[in-house]
Amino acid sequence: MLTKGVPDFSEGAVSFDEDGHLERGKTPTVMNPNDAFALEAALQTRVRHGGHVSGMSMGPPGYAEVLEGAMESVYTDDSYLLSDRELAASDTWATAITVSSGIEKYREEVADVDLVFAGFKTADGETGQTGPQTCWALEWPIVTHVIALDIDPDERRLRAKRLVEGDVDEIETVETPLPCMVVTDPEFEPTYRKASHRLTHKELRAETQERAADHDEHLTTWDHADLNLDPDYIGLDGSPTIVSSVDPIPKAPSEREATMIDPDDGTAMEPVLEELQPFAGGD
Amino acid sequence: MSTNGSNGSEYEHYEAVVVGCGPGGAAAAARLAEHGVETLVLERGVEAGSKNVSGGLIYAEDSAPYTIDDLFDGFREEAAERPVTDYRIHNIAGDKVKTYDLTDLHEHDTDWCDAVLRRQMDSWLEARVHEKTSETGGGVLTNVRVNGLLREDGEIIGVTCDELDPIEADLIVAADGVNSELAREAGLMDWEEPDEWFQGVKAVVDMDPEAVNHRFGIDDDEGVAHLFSGDLFEDVRGGGFLYTNEESLSIGTVFHLDSLVAEQAEPHELLDALLTHPMMAHWIGDGYDEREYAAKLVPDSKKVAHREPYRDRLVLVGDAAGQMQAQGPIIKGMNHAVTAGALAADAFAITRGNADSEAAGRRYAKLLEDSGTMAKLRPKQYDLARTVGERDAVTNVVDRVLESPLGSVALGNSLADRVLERAYNSPFLVSMLPDTRTGYTTVPTVIGEARGKSIRWKNDAEPPSLEERIGELTYDTDVGNPHIELLDDSAEASGAAVYACPVSAEAFGGGCYRTEQVKTNGDEETVVSLDTQPCVECGTCAIVADTAWEHPRGGKGVEYREG
Repeated sequence: MLTKGVPDFSEGAVSFDEDGHLERGKTPTVMNPNDAFALEAALQTRVRHGGHVSGMSMGPPGYAEVLEGAMESVYTDDSYLLSDRELAASDTWATAITVSSGIEKYREEVADVDLVFAGFKTADGETGQTGPQTCWALEWPIVTHVIALDIDPDERRLRAKRLVEGDVDEIETVETPLPCMVVTDPEFEPTYRKASHRLTHKELRAETQERAADHDEHLTTWDHADLNLDPDYIGLDGSPTIVSSVDPIPKAPSEREATMIDPDDGTAMEPVLEELQPFAGGD
Repeated sequence: MSTNGSNGSEYEHYEAVVVGCGPGGAAAAARLAEHGVETLVLERGVEAGSKNVSGGLIYAEDSAPYTIDDLFDGFREEAAERPVTDYRIHNIAGDKVKTYDLTDLHEHDTDWCDAVLRRQMDSWLEARVHEKTSETGGGVLTNVRVNGLLREDGEIIGVTCDELDPIEADLIVAADGVNSELAREAGLMDWEEPDEWFQGVKAVVDMDPEAVNHRFGIDDDEGVAHLFSGDLFEDVRGGGFLYTNEESLSIGTVFHLDSLVAEQAEPHELLDALLTHPMMAHWIGDGYDEREYAAKLVPDSKKVAHREPYRDRLVLVGDAAGQMQAQGPIIKGMNHAVTAGALAADAFAITRGNADSEAAGRRYAKLLEDSGTMAKLRPKQYDLARTVGERDAVTNVVDRVLESPLGSVALGNSLADRVLERAYNSPFLVSMLPDTRTGYTTVPTVIGEARGKSIRWKNDAEPPSLEERIGELTYDTDVGNPHIELLDDSAEASGAAVYACPVSAEAFGGGCYRTEQVKTNGDEETVVSLDTQPCVECGTCAIVADTAWEHPRGGKGVEYREG
């Protein structure tokens, strides 16, 4: 289960400087909102089929809190943070190389992986590229825009419904062998129609509350050396993307004039009422 | 849990499914788990207790085969409020009040009796029940509404739910309360006759524990129960109560539903009549702070307790089976639900493996009889007295004598005083009290009139308006999916709901029910309209109006914080 920390863009939390640039130091970091749907998909899979769910993220040490949040909200068993100064300022390609290396290391040293879940594009970058690029690096199939999924563990196949947006939204059903990567759509909704699933869900919640309180014990941090990555191919040096400049979007000019009127001021309200008169009801 | 039912079906299967996690469901589930039965408990509230209301006393009877503290260690310390150590009834005539000590009646067959608030109590029970049932492969699920019975070839084999796929079970315990949809679907209970029901409304009043102690002259580990009867409520048959909790008071009124309808009384106004009576001045007269307004329908076990509360694999316990005993002024419900729940579990354990699907139900009914529970719920002497007491002619004669100067004097002399106090305290006599005005209004009024002292304390309590009360309640409204449908909107069929519904009132537009004048072809007609948003799910309108009544989906609707 892949996740990323992003600036909290919600009102009251986000902070911009005078030029309209985001002030990252003053803006708290939260889990990328779209990742919540991936978490739900991972949880639903675990509740229905059992297994072990690990959270993985790449970013500064502070992202451990994002992974802790994932543990609390969807009951991951443990957390892996890929964190290193050399990884700073990675673009999507460098990130994909790093994250796929993290997944490969996990498969070699921790356990084999059947499914990787990721959310649909991050709130800060909005590229939607990192997931597919990571999957490309792993040479796995990928299913995007997933709104529902079902797994046949015996056949080792995943069947998913995906939302294809167009002039008319269509729902497509696809099948793929495991292992594969699932990118959830914000329309994803978990369903628990079996009592036994709900009981498992409740049990996991109780277990995890204890575990999350002691998150550091369940957190593993890997740097570029652990991942056996050449610094020239990661971080800023390994990122082919160049951002030349960022132009603030000017505020749209108002096309209408507005006059403030105190509703309690009878004289000032008169012209308003007169204007409205023709639209009032018949009797 | 196994995914294949006994007949190879695709349904999930549990040995036992218990619907509702109040005291009856909790007792059944705990006892089933003790018998090693795989038990799933389905509760429609966000948490057990969020849908529950009671006046507030739970009894542990000496004679009962099971009490709640037998089944749940630490119940009294952790889930209950104060014990009742002082029990009185106040007979009221205008501002005159005559008080009798009812402790003898209260203590008859009573091991202990505690005040409770249901959110606290039932949520505590839920946690214990989940622990116990988890050990035998089950557990408690909240936010799940069971909406019907799963049948195969007409036989009940399980339940259907709004939120889950159908579930098959060898035993289905319907502990889904006074408005049990399962009992009705099985044809075991109905919502037909208002005279089979009481309706209670209650205010939980915030009060500092020091103030509770001071105002009632008690210590931290003591509590009072006061009952009120007489002309406080005009001619509506019923009475009031006040119980002390640790940090609040439960004050409420309970009336015969048919009487509320006949007198066109507004339940919240009757409650206010009690709250603002001069007698209450000393207790709540200054700084009245209401935490919660609540309402509940109460079955009258004398008339509706089902003698054979089972069908196929389904058994009914508690309110769902009408097991609510009104023993004169004392109402006992939760204790019987606990007994019945535990007995139903025992019946299943005894008959486990029996090929006859009704074996557990039959054994359960026998255990209810053999344990004396049914005799308490449906006392023989009541059936005898009823034939006399309900004959209007006899009642009228008694009333006229009591109201005459001679009758009043007779009742009011000091000898009569002692006799009356003793009579009130006789469990045998109070179980014979007929459901007429005589017992509820005339006798207490005459006593109050003749023997009472005038109370002229100034009571400054200002209860909130109905609108404010509704505004303080917590709702999660299932927008666009109302759980009650008004089938007949004529005033004749459904007009009674406008005043009998505890969250509706004549000339109040913000309640569930209201009347509207509609012009059709020059004629003007009064019709009743319904908005279920303020509904407290008491079930009153299911009886007094023509409705299709269901509970809201799991987690939806009103959420009581006190209960």
